[in-house]
Amino acid sequence: MGRLIRLDRTGHTTLAEWTAEDEASQRAAVSAFEAELERGMIGSASGGAGTAEVVRELPIDSDLVIMRRPIAGG
Amino acid sequence: MAAEPTLAAPGGGAGLDEAAALWWREDVSPASLRRDERRWTLWTAWIASVFVAPGLLLLYIEPLTAPVAAICFAHAWLIPWLQARRGADQLEPIGGARGPDAGRSSERAAIGLLGDLVGHRERELLHRSGLVLERSALGVWLIGQRGALLVRPGGRRVDCWCVRVGDASELPAADRAAHLLLGLREDELGFAKVGNLSFSGAPWRLRRRLGARAGKALGVARRLAADAG
Repeated sequence: MGRLIRLDRTGHTTLAEWTAEDEASQRAAVSAFEAELERGMIGSASGGAGTAEVVRELPIDSDLVIMRRPIAGG
Repeated sequence: MAAEPTLAAPGGGAGLDEAAALWWREDVSPASLRRDERRWTLWTAWIASVFVAPGLLLLYIEPLTAPVAAICFAHAWLIPWLQARRGADQLEPIGGARGPDAGRSSERAAIGLLGDLVGHRERELLHRSGLVLERSALGVWLIGQRGALLVRPGGRRVDCWCVRVGDASELPAADRAAHLLLGLREDELGFAKVGNLSFSGAPWRLRRRLGARAGKALGVARRLAADAG
């Protein structure tokens, strides 16, 4: 099962969950992901072994996709 | 099992958009980082010599100028000390000096997620120190709320970066650190490009300023970096 979450003031919010068999849940997750991109958030797909990757489309095969805000130098 | 750290974006993914937007800045590479580190060493040596030499000359010419010479020596010590302090200040642990704000539900949720993103040993260190340890191709990172510190392989040099979430006012502290951890994992060189290098030098110059919790974390990071070097 995949999970789309957003880092926010509550700690994090689960925006969508989907499974490989449930196309409706996938469509809802893609829609939520695109809405977050529109808001200026950045998608980060966490892989195994402590890796992460910037994604611009929702990777349906990913277990965890985190929406984060941009970072900047201080 | 942890993956072997590499400098390429995992899975061939895109680098940091934040780094790409900084078109006027030179891309960071292992070579450019070593060059910047040498510049820091030369600058520190220059500052020390530019104040120590006249102090010694004054003492040689006229010992009664000792108070003026002492001012020169104080400058030679103070300016590098201020730079080291600036670097250490970037590494603000989650929860600051009072320990993690575990009482707030948002902070608990944020720490829980951050703990899920790291391994078992790193999770223990996070709870003890309020800092996230991340091994990478460039060395061993310690990540706080609004900056990160990189211990280079061998453990004899530390680089401090000021880097933060653009709009973090409402975010729990652990979420700020999670943002930096994700950015680092997505593109290590891009992360270094986005951040401002605020200090580079020997770890002992930072240690006293870091405080007990962060100081212990630095010790752990140095041991890991020494093993890697």
